[in-house]
Amino acid sequence: MKNIPKKRLLELYITMRRIRLTQLEIEKEYSADEMKTPIHLCLGQEAIASGVCANLRKDDYVFSNHRGHGHYIAKGGDLKSMIAELYCKKTGCSASRGGSMHLIDLSVGCMGSSSIVAGSIPIATGAALTSAMTKDKRVSVVFFGDAASEEGVLFESMNFAALKKLPVVYVCENNFYSVCSHQSARQANCDISMRPKAFAIPSCRVDGSDVLDVYAASKKAIESARAGSGPSFLECRAYRWRAHAGAGDPHKETYRKPKEWDAWMRNDPFKKFEDILLKKKIMTPGKMKEICAAVDKEISEAFEFAKRSPLPDKADLEKYLHG
Amino acid sequence: MYIEKKGLDFDEHPDKDLRKLTVPEAMRETLDRALDMDKRVFVMGQGVDDHSGMFGMTIGLQKKYGIKRVFDTPLSENGLTGIGVGAALTGMRPIYFHNRPDFLLLAMDQIVNHAAKYSYIFAGKVKVPLIIVAVIGRGWGSGAQHSQSLHGLFMHVPGLRLVMPSTAYDAKGLLVTSLADGNPVIFIEHRWLFKHKSHVPEDLYSIPFGRGLIRRKGKDVTIVGISYMVIEALAAAEDLEKEGYGAEVIDPRTLRPLDEEIILESVKKTGRLVIADTDWKTCGAASEIASMVAQKGFRYLKAPIRIVAWPDLPVPSGHILEEAFYPGKDDIIKSVKEIVER
Repeated sequence: MKNIPKKRLLELYITMRRIRLTQLEIEKEYSADEMKTPIHLCLGQEAIASGVCANLRKDDYVFSNHRGHGHYIAKGGDLKSMIAELYCKKTGCSASRGGSMHLIDLSVGCMGSSSIVAGSIPIATGAALTSAMTKDKRVSVVFFGDAASEEGVLFESMNFAALKKLPVVYVCENNFYSVCSHQSARQANCDISMRPKAFAIPSCRVDGSDVLDVYAASKKAIESARAGSGPSFLECRAYRWRAHAGAGDPHKETYRKPKEWDAWMRNDPFKKFEDILLKKKIMTPGKMKEICAAVDKEISEAFEFAKRSPLPDKADLEKYLHG
Repeated sequence: MYIEKKGLDFDEHPDKDLRKLTVPEAMRETLDRALDMDKRVFVMGQGVDDHSGMFGMTIGLQKKYGIKRVFDTPLSENGLTGIGVGAALTGMRPIYFHNRPDFLLLAMDQIVNHAAKYSYIFAGKVKVPLIIVAVIGRGWGSGAQHSQSLHGLFMHVPGLRLVMPSTAYDAKGLLVTSLADGNPVIFIEHRWLFKHKSHVPEDLYSIPFGRGLIRRKGKDVTIVGISYMVIEALAAAEDLEKEGYGAEVIDPRTLRPLDEEIILESVKKTGRLVIADTDWKTCGAASEIASMVAQKGFRYLKAPIRIVAWPDLPVPSGHILEEAFYPGKDDIIKSVKEIVER
């Protein structure tokens, strides 16, 4: 923490707050049934995207998955066009053809997301191949969940990235659940961080509820990629606070253990970081108030923009099929 | 352009003193030019750098352009296809070679869920100019998993281009168009066409997608041939002529987009249609063409449409059963005679 400038610490806080409050607002508004798209909330996982993206340049690439709101926000994706996409509006970032699971903002390197588990992993690896070929010094980061480590394409991609020393960072957000299936029901060895070692890819396990831990580990990985030393892998453990999709988690007692749930609820990554900043007087209560007001305003403006935006034209259905 | 002769070493222009190339030679020449002209182009695939160089299509290219632009790949078809998608999204022009279309089944997630959809689901903000080349491997015991064509699967998917050239001239012109296009292209060739020679100009030229060709004119029946079946259709047409039947042979050259007009115009003239394909009939390209003509050209038809395609079976390996499996010239002739009254 000593090594991180105050400005950067406040930026991390703002990003986490932006993700947290956007998620809560989406959840609150979801029952109005105007956002006719599946939502995969990332409450509880905010520290991962925030910590990683703080180390990226604007022109670095981020590839995401179905639970991608946090990645998009942390990389600086436009909030208005994200919310408009959730409201199925013409002004949405994917012009109502993608929905919540396919967010994109090329102006800040948000390269889109796949809702096929592990689908973005080889694509991010390919973007890193472009960087290696053109020597543009960009780094590609791909976020994926614990279940993606069960897909063969992760192993295919890691092998190729290691073989060609590509500037890609694999960030596994292990939230322990794939829909309602616990990791232990799916994986013979739950230590995901050991898998990349088979390819001699540097890998470590990170406390995904601690933004500073994520920040430090990803800084090292990203710098290494940019220096031409090849790929790295981070397994960031955090908890999914909500159901796989939708608002709340109405069936949580059918698949989660109360002890596990309570422990993670006491370990709120956002609140934890907020408390540290206040306690260490890095952020004064006045500054916090100021940040909260700015973030609230930004979010309410995004929702207003989305709600008043026009719906897409049915006559444009065929538009964008071909590139 | 008409094919005037057929056979394993058929020559499109036997009487003319023109430069002639095989399909692999034409492909190699075009790749060479593309690599030379466009720094974004790269070639990958298992064996693109070995002594056989993908049937000759990539021979010598690594030596000329270096291992960074022409490289061997792990056998990770889905991963490498996704890597091609990612490279294409970020400005490159990858060309990914496979010995057989059968192996593309391992890459269906990246082809169908990703490459084909990214332009649409991201509102045209990204494009995927990725070319995937595969060669149908009929014969010599290749069997069930090394002989498939599978183009019907790809024709089914919006967002893909599907190219199936039958001559060296078309292979070059369609590869040029594929390189200039901003979309994923499935480029399926047929091993049995690789010994054929046709005139290929040295200069670059492009053949637009969705433009078929009348390879032989006739007034009694239209035969649409796909890929190698163009050759069988031409052979059938020649025999049929001796018996007084005039067969018009159409080569669509690309199946997605499909030149519907050239087929409908021909059927309007002949009133009869036979479609010959190198794939299964059920939900295949031939059935799709038949459906299109039934929907848009029903009034022209004087007789039922006939399809000459594979039986609904895996391809057998042994040569006797292969002979029983593959339809050819004689099946086309039989189908024509069933629908043309004399």
